[in-house]
Amino acid sequence: MQTIFDALSLGSLYALGALGIALIFGVMRLVNFAHGDVISFSIFALMWPSTDAMAVVFAGDLPWFLLIPFVLAVGAGLSVLSEIVVFRRFRRANPATMMIASFALGFVIRYFLLMLFSSRPKSISLLPALSQPVEIFGARIPLLQVITICATIAMLFALTAFLKRTRFGLEMRAAAENFTMARMLGVRANRVIMGAFALSGALAAAIGLILAAQTGTADIQMGAAVMLMAFIATVIGGLGSLPGAVLAGFLLGAASVVMQTVLPIDARPFRDAFVYGAVILVLIFRPQGLIAARGTKERV
Amino acid sequence: MAIPSVARRTISTPIILALILVALALLAVASGSRPFNQTIIDVFLRVILVVGLYIFIGNSGVISFGHAGFTCLGGYAAAWLTMPPMMKETLLPGLPAWLMALQLPFWAGAIFAALWAAIWAALFGKILMRLSGIAASIATFAMLAMINTIYSNWESVTAATSSVVGIPIIRTIWPYMIAAILAVFIAWAHAISRAGLALRAARDEPTAAAASGIDAPRERLIAFVISGAVMGMGGALFAHSIGVVTPDTFYLTLTFTTLSMLVVGGMGSLSGAVLGVVILSSLIQGLRWLEAGITVGTTTFAIPNGLQEITLGVVMILILVRRPSGIMANSELSWPRARPEKPGE
Repeated sequence: MQTIFDALSLGSLYALGALGIALIFGVMRLVNFAHGDVISFSIFALMWPSTDAMAVVFAGDLPWFLLIPFVLAVGAGLSVLSEIVVFRRFRRANPATMMIASFALGFVIRYFLLMLFSSRPKSISLLPALSQPVEIFGARIPLLQVITICATIAMLFALTAFLKRTRFGLEMRAAAENFTMARMLGVRANRVIMGAFALSGALAAAIGLILAAQTGTADIQMGAAVMLMAFIATVIGGLGSLPGAVLAGFLLGAASVVMQTVLPIDARPFRDAFVYGAVILVLIFRPQGLIAARGTKERV
Repeated sequence: MAIPSVARRTISTPIILALILVALALLAVASGSRPFNQTIIDVFLRVILVVGLYIFIGNSGVISFGHAGFTCLGGYAAAWLTMPPMMKETLLPGLPAWLMALQLPFWAGAIFAALWAAIWAALFGKILMRLSGIAASIATFAMLAMINTIYSNWESVTAATSSVVGIPIIRTIWPYMIAAILAVFIAWAHAISRAGLALRAARDEPTAAAASGIDAPRERLIAFVISGAVMGMGGALFAHSIGVVTPDTFYLTLTFTTLSMLVVGGMGSLSGAVLGVVILSSLIQGLRWLEAGITVGTTTFAIPNGLQEITLGVVMILILVRRPSGIMANSELSWPRARPEKPGE
């Protein structure tokens, strides 16, 4: 039981991350390496700049119904800003160039944080009420895990509804499928791309919130680890395919947790090696991803 | 002979690049300053690594995130082969007896390190080269992560995450210069070889190339193995330049620095690979000096810590905005007079 919840909550994180990357990839073929740094940034937005080990809280004391929108808005804002300032100039560049540009941007954000906050991890108690364990089916599960899973599921439903039911969502899906065609039919490219960035930034901020609440620390590196896994999940799921990204995110989370319990003790430190080995296997048998997105097939 | 051979037409590129590298080495020797010497050694190391990356990425068009893994293999192989047996016994007790007793000179160690990396490149490549595009990139990344996880945890052979010290340190600049020039010539020779030409054809026109009988996975594998060997050699020399290896030296930071240098220089061009390193390295060095402070008259100007990296990132973005395909794009340096087709088209 505990294992299932661990797997689900880790999977939620990866799934949210993968979704954020897949959204942007879908509309503009950009592999956004700055995503991880957006995650970190939204956490650090809760504090005043300082180099102390204890966080000097600024917005972190807000009641939760203000705190959560605030953090989400920070993530979305930073993400949209990065599109306006940087990525707009790369519309016609090839994907490798965009990728390196996004990496350089992430670098800038990371060192900007480093300058303000130093590299020391800070302890921050965020919504401490959530770390109480609750009893479900005879297993003691931290309340936070339950909330993480529920929140992820809620967000997924909200996002699906948004994409399927609203005009903007329709435009976004059209753009993801065939960008040129969508533009011809009157979809405003810049608006859709900005929307994708805003959503992806908000998702990044949500990950940041969950991470900070789970670990009780804010660390400049924390975004990067999730981002890498999310990135892998996006590819396994089928680049540009949103359901694929979510599915693969949960699968990766499950794979990590299951291997942790199943592998013999001697092999446990090498868990990640097995997970990555599995990734290579999946790619070899399904190079187009588990759920191949339409329109990504190579045409001759 | 009416038309000179491909080799004759393109030889000017590696020669010019080699001359640039020699000039850098002479500059370092002439300055006589120890830190500057070390800086130039770092430049040469990066030239080796970025040229190694170019051999695969430039010719195949597939971005690889995994090549730092071969550097890791090379660096540790150099440690196993060249450390004094006494140190190995305490630090790396799990090595087999014959390896434990062995102590090779550094150049022999580097050759074996290159071979060791090439063997693994062949094994991984055999599987991975069937993929293409972004799936291949992720698979190479997964390979890097696997290598890193194994080297970070295999206590008895790699000392896990703690540093392996006691690798003989080479401080003279010449071995590094020779290795960098060697890497440039290997890259050039591969690019004009049958395999290199076929691979570039498959990169630009996959369908037409396949129709002409080019086996893209096979040509990619050849490039992957050669570039793995160059990366392995680079890793070995890297170990000798600082005398210490840890798995994290050869992980994401290295991957991204080398990739950025390649992309900023121009992904499809050997000259771009070398110039990207030289330009970005000079930029980093210049910013470091600024960070340390410059004295003008009686006042010292210094930029705050951390601004170095931020400026670097901003400059990279600006270069890419101005020149989306890198500084050199797809062209190569050559003598001004003769300008026929170049190997990088």
